[in-house]
Amino acid sequence: MRRRGLLRLIPALLLVALVVWPQAFAPLFAPFAPEGGPVIYTRTSLLSLSLSHLGLVALASLAATLIAVTAAVLVTRPAGAAFRPLSRSVVNIGQTFPPVAVLALAVPVLGFGAGPTLVALFLYGLLPIFENAMTGLSTLPPSVMEAARGIGMTRWRRLWVVELPLALPVILAGVRLSVVIALGTATIGSTVAARTLGEVIIAGLLTNNTAFVLQGGVIVGLFAVLIYDGLTLLERRLSPDRKAG
Amino acid sequence: MIEIDEITKIYQGQRAVDAVSTTIETGTIACIVGTSGSGKTTLLRMINRLVEPTSGEVRLNGEATSAMPPHLLRRRIGYAIQGHGLFPHHTVARNIGAVPRLLGWPKAKIAERVDELLDLFGMEPSQFRARYPAALSGGQQQRVGVARALASRPDLLLMDEPFGALDPIIRARAQEDLRRIQRQLGSTILLVTHDMEEAIRLGDKVCVMDGGKLVQDAAPTRIVADPASRFVAEMVGDAERPLRLLSLIPLSDLLEPGEAPGDPLDEGANLRDALSACLWTGREAVPVSRDGAPVGRVTLEAIRAAALRHGATDDAPVPA
Repeated sequence: MRRRGLLRLIPALLLVALVVWPQAFAPLFAPFAPEGGPVIYTRTSLLSLSLSHLGLVALASLAATLIAVTAAVLVTRPAGAAFRPLSRSVVNIGQTFPPVAVLALAVPVLGFGAGPTLVALFLYGLLPIFENAMTGLSTLPPSVMEAARGIGMTRWRRLWVVELPLALPVILAGVRLSVVIALGTATIGSTVAARTLGEVIIAGLLTNNTAFVLQGGVIVGLFAVLIYDGLTLLERRLSPDRKAG
Repeated sequence: MIEIDEITKIYQGQRAVDAVSTTIETGTIACIVGTSGSGKTTLLRMINRLVEPTSGEVRLNGEATSAMPPHLLRRRIGYAIQGHGLFPHHTVARNIGAVPRLLGWPKAKIAERVDELLDLFGMEPSQFRARYPAALSGGQQQRVGVARALASRPDLLLMDEPFGALDPIIRARAQEDLRRIQRQLGSTILLVTHDMEEAIRLGDKVCVMDGGKLVQDAAPTRIVADPASRFVAEMVGDAERPLRLLSLIPLSDLLEPGEAPGDPLDEGANLRDALSACLWTGREAVPVSRDGAPVGRVTLEAIRAAALRHGATDDAPVPA
C-alpha cells in the first residue's frame, strides 16, 4: 500500500514542479529546443493555462455527465424505452463528429475563445457516459429490483435509493473515460483561441520547437494519468462489492 | 384473513392462472405447490399486485387490494424471494429497516425492531447490524431477507421459493426457523414452492396448482392420504406416500401404555421417526417420553396399522 502511495506521489510532485517552476527543467528540455531558441515556454504562466484547461474540461464533462445520465435514466424507464435507439444514434453522431470539425463549425456561431471548445468537448464526452449509464441502469440484479418493487418503493425512490447507487460505479467508469479523452482533446481548443495547454504545444509546432511540444504534452499526460487514477480510486470506494469485508 | 376470489391472469390468450379461489386464515401458513409454469408464482405476485390480475379479486382482512395504490399495498405485505434480493449497498440494519423507513417510523423504533428481528433469527445484533450482505453466508442472507419481509409486522407474508437457493441442511434449518417464528409471531404466510416435501412440512394447508388451475386445496394429511388427481399423487411421490403420511402423524396419536427397550423418542416426534428407529435398531416398539419422563410406547404393529388404514381407503381409483 505504501509503495503504491509513493508511485502516485512521484508523478503528482513532478506535475506540480513542471507547472509551477518550469525553469528547473530547462536542462532537461534544452536538447530538444532549436539552437539559440527559448527552452521553456514563458509567454503565459503554465499554472494559469493548466487551470483554464482543467476548468474547460471540468465544465464540459459536468454538462456531459448531467445530460448523458439524465438521458440514460429516461430511456431506461418503461415509458422512455421507445426513445432508446434515437438517443443512441444522437449520442453516436456526437462521437463520430471530429472535434476539429465541431470547432470549425462552432466558431462562426460562438466566436473565438472557450465557447466552441466547450461545445466540442461536451459533444465528444457524451457517448461513453451515456453508454455506461445505460448499461449500468439496465443490468441491475433482477432479484434486487424485484425486492425494491415488492417492498413498496415508489419509482422515484427506487431510482434514487437503489438504481443510481448500484449503477454508480459503472457510470463513473464512463465519466472517467470521457474526462481523460476531454483532457487530451481540449488541447486543440487553442487553435480557436481557447486558453488551454494546447497553446504550448501549438507554439512549439509553429516554431519548430520540440521542447515546447514536449512540455505541453508531458503536462497534459500527467494530468490525464493522475485524474484517471483518482477517479478509479473513487469508483472502487463507491462499488458495493468492495463492502464485503 | 386473506380471500382470493376467482382470480385470473391471461397472458396472450393463455390462462396462466385460471379462476383460483381460496382462503388463508390469519396466523396460518398456506403453501402453493406446482411444477414450473403451473402459475403459482403469478398467483403470488397478483396478491401484492406486482402482476395485475385480469379478473377476480383479492381481499386482505375484508379490504379489496384493487382499491389501494400498489406501493401502499405492498408496504402492508411482506415479500421474501429466492436469492433474497437484499440491497447490496445497504447494511443489514438498513435492509431490515427498509419498509419501516418507507412507513416513516421514528429512527429509534426502527433500530429497536431491527435488533429484535436479528435476535429472533439468532443473529447477534451487535455483530451483524453493520455488515453488508456480501459479508454474510447464504443462510444468513436468507434470514435477513425474511427479517426484512417481517419488519413492519405485515398483515401477510408472501414467500416465493424462499429456500430455493439453500443447500439441504441449511434449508431444513431455515424451514424450522420459519415455523418457529411464524408460531411465535402469529404471522399469516403464503409460500410458493415446487417442493412437496417443503409444502407438507410447513403448510397448515397445501394448494396444488397445475396448468393455472387449483387442483387440490387441503390439509397436508389429506393431500398425502387422498390426492384429488393423478397429478397430485405424482407430486406427492407414489412410493413415498406412506412415509410422508407417517411423518404427519405425531406419536401421541398411537401412544399406548407399556414399556419398550432402547432410547425413548419425544412425544412430539412423528411416526416416521418411530418407524425409522424400529427398523434401525431391530425393535418391535419404541418408548415415548414427555419432558424426559416415560409415558408409554408406540409399537411397529400400530404404525403398520395406521399406514394400512390410510392405504386401504386409497384402493378407490385416483381420478385421472
